[in-house]
Amino acid sequence: MSTTTTKPGTSPVRESRLTRGQRPKWLIPVIGVGAIVVGAAISALIGFNIATWAIFAALVFLIVGPLLIGAIEGSRAGSDSLMTFLVYTAFILAVIPLISVIYTVLANGIPGLTSNLLLTSMNGVTGAQDNFAEAPGDVVGGAYHAIVGTVSITFWATLMSVPIGLLTAIYLVEYSNNGWLGKAITFFVDVMTGVPSIVAGLFAAALFGMIFGPSTRTGFVAAVALTVLMIPTVVKNTEEMLRIVPNELREASYALGVRKWRTILKVVIPTAISGIASGVTLAIARVIGETAPLLVTAGFATAINWNSFSGWMTTLPTYIYYQIMTPTSPTNPDPSLQRAWAAALILIAIVMLLNLLARLIAKAFAPKTAGR
Amino acid sequence: MSKRIDVEDLNVYYGDFLAVEDVNINIEARSVTAFIGPSGCGKSTFLRTLNRMHEVIPGAYAKGKVLLDGDDLYGKGVDPVTVRSMIGMVFQRPNPFPTMSIRDNVLAGVKLNNKRISSKAADELVESSLRGANLWNEVKDRLNKPGSGLSGGQQQRLCIARAIAVKPNVILMDEPCSALDPISTLAIEDLINELKTDYTVVIVTHNMQQASRVSDRTAFFNIEGTGKPGKLIEYAPTTEIFNNPQKKETEDYVSGRFG
Repeated sequence: MSTTTTKPGTSPVRESRLTRGQRPKWLIPVIGVGAIVVGAAISALIGFNIATWAIFAALVFLIVGPLLIGAIEGSRAGSDSLMTFLVYTAFILAVIPLISVIYTVLANGIPGLTSNLLLTSMNGVTGAQDNFAEAPGDVVGGAYHAIVGTVSITFWATLMSVPIGLLTAIYLVEYSNNGWLGKAITFFVDVMTGVPSIVAGLFAAALFGMIFGPSTRTGFVAAVALTVLMIPTVVKNTEEMLRIVPNELREASYALGVRKWRTILKVVIPTAISGIASGVTLAIARVIGETAPLLVTAGFATAINWNSFSGWMTTLPTYIYYQIMTPTSPTNPDPSLQRAWAAALILIAIVMLLNLLARLIAKAFAPKTAGR
Repeated sequence: MSKRIDVEDLNVYYGDFLAVEDVNINIEARSVTAFIGPSGCGKSTFLRTLNRMHEVIPGAYAKGKVLLDGDDLYGKGVDPVTVRSMIGMVFQRPNPFPTMSIRDNVLAGVKLNNKRISSKAADELVESSLRGANLWNEVKDRLNKPGSGLSGGQQQRLCIARAIAVKPNVILMDEPCSALDPISTLAIEDLINELKTDYTVVIVTHNMQQASRVSDRTAFFNIEGTGKPGKLIEYAPTTEIFNNPQKKETEDYVSGRFG
C-alpha cells in the first residue's frame, strides 16, 4: 500500500472550508507598516515632524485597515475592526499624557533626589548658596519640611473626615430608610463633591479667622479644608460598599437575635471593610495633591514644623508652587527648579504607594472564599 | 424547650398593601408544620411575622396576635430582638457570614451579642450544634476554614447549626431546600425529623412531596389573584390535606390541577 496516505480531513493541499474568506494573518502588520510609510510621506509634504507623522499614520491605518478587511471578510467584519481600532486609539490617546507625565517627572526629578532634599528643610537657604551650586549634587536645601507638612496635614484631615464620612454613610444606608433627611444628605453630599477646592480653603480660612482672629494659618486649618474635600468622597465610596453587602447577611444576623447596631458593627462593616479601606486610601491620595486650599490656609514655611496647631506649614504641592513661582535665587532659578521636580517625584511616589496600599488593604481584608 | 404558637386574626401589610389576611392557626409544640401554596400567596411573608422579621423591611408591619405559649409577640413593650433569639430562622438561600470561619459562624449568635463564653463551652456548643445539624463529621477537621468554602447543602446545614446554637424554642425554615440538590435535600429532611424531638419546626416549601414527607400538619395558603391578599385556606394533619382535603382549592392544588 502507499505510504503517503494522509489522515482524512487534514489534507495539506486543501484549505479548510471554515477558514475560507478570512484575512491572512499578515494583513494587519502590513497595513500598519504601510500606514507608517504613507504617513511619513504625507507628513513630509507639509513639513515633516513626528507629531504629524503619527497623526497621519494613525489616520491612514484607521481608514485603510477597516476598508481592506471589509473588502475581504464583508462589511460586518469591516465595521467591527473599525470600532476595535477606534477603541485602541482612544486607549492610546488616554495613556500618552500619563506616560509623558511620569517620564518627565522621572527625568527631571531623579537628578535632584539627593539626601539633602529628603533630609533637610529650606531653613536658612539663600539665593547666594544657589548661585554657588554648579552640579545638581551641590544644591543645598530640601523638601523635608514639606514632606512633614504633607504627612501631618493629611493625617489630621483623614482623622477628621473618615469617622464623619463613615458614620454619614452608615446613616444613609442603614437608618435613613429613604426618608427626607437621607435624601437631603445625599443631595448635599453631591453638592459638596463639586465644591472647588479653593472654596473649601476659603471656608476653612474664614472659619478660623472668625474664631481666632484674621489670617490664622496653621496646618490644622488646612486639614479642615481638606476634610471638607474628603468627606464627600468617603461618604460616596462607603455608601456604595455598604449597599453591596447582601441584605441576607443582615437578616441572618437579626434572626439570631442580634441588635441592629451590633449587626452593622460586626457583620455589615467587616464584610465591606476592604472596599471602605481602599476607598479611604484613594480619598487620601486625591487630597494629598491639593494646592489651592493650602495656599490660603497653611501659609508658607521654610522650617520644619511638626505641630499642626501653631505656625505655618508647607506641603509638597505648595513647596513645588513656591519653588517655581519665586525661586530662591531669582537670577539662577535652576536649583529651585531642580528641587521642585524632585518634590513632584516624591509626591507622585506617595500617591502611587497609597494606591498600591489600597489594593493590598482590599486584598488583605477581603472575605475569604478559598478552601472549597 | 419547645413552645407552641397560636396566631389570632393576623393581618400582614406592606405599607398600604394587605399581603396576608386574617390568619388563625395553632402550631403544636414538638411537631413539624408545613406551609404550602403557590408563589406570592404570602406563606413566606406570614412565616416572617412569626419571629418579627417581617418588620425589618421598610414600611412592613403586622396586626393581630401571635402567642408563643400564651405570650403575645406583638404585645406592647415586646423587644423584637428577644423574640428573634427565641424563634430562629433558616433562609431560602444559605447565608453563612463570609468573614467568619465555620466555627465562628456557629458561634455567631453568641459572639455577635458579646456574651462571654469560655473556650471549652464554646467548643462544646460548636460540636453539639454541628452534630445537631448532621454536619460535624464533614467539617470537624476544618472548623477554622471560611464557611463560604462549603458546598451549598453544607452551607445550609451550617446555617441550621447556627440557628440551633442560640437554643431557640422554635425554628422557622423558609424553603430551606429550594437551592439544594436531592441528596442535600434528603440530609436536611432527615435533620428536620430529628429536630422535631426538641423544637417546634415550621417549614415553607414549594415541594409537596417534601411537605408530605416531613410534616405532621400542613397549612395550604392561596391567593385569588394579583393585588389580592393571601389567605389560609385549609389547615389539617398532613395525611388529610393530601388524601382527603375538605376544600376544592386544596384538592386542585395538591393534585396538580391548579388554575
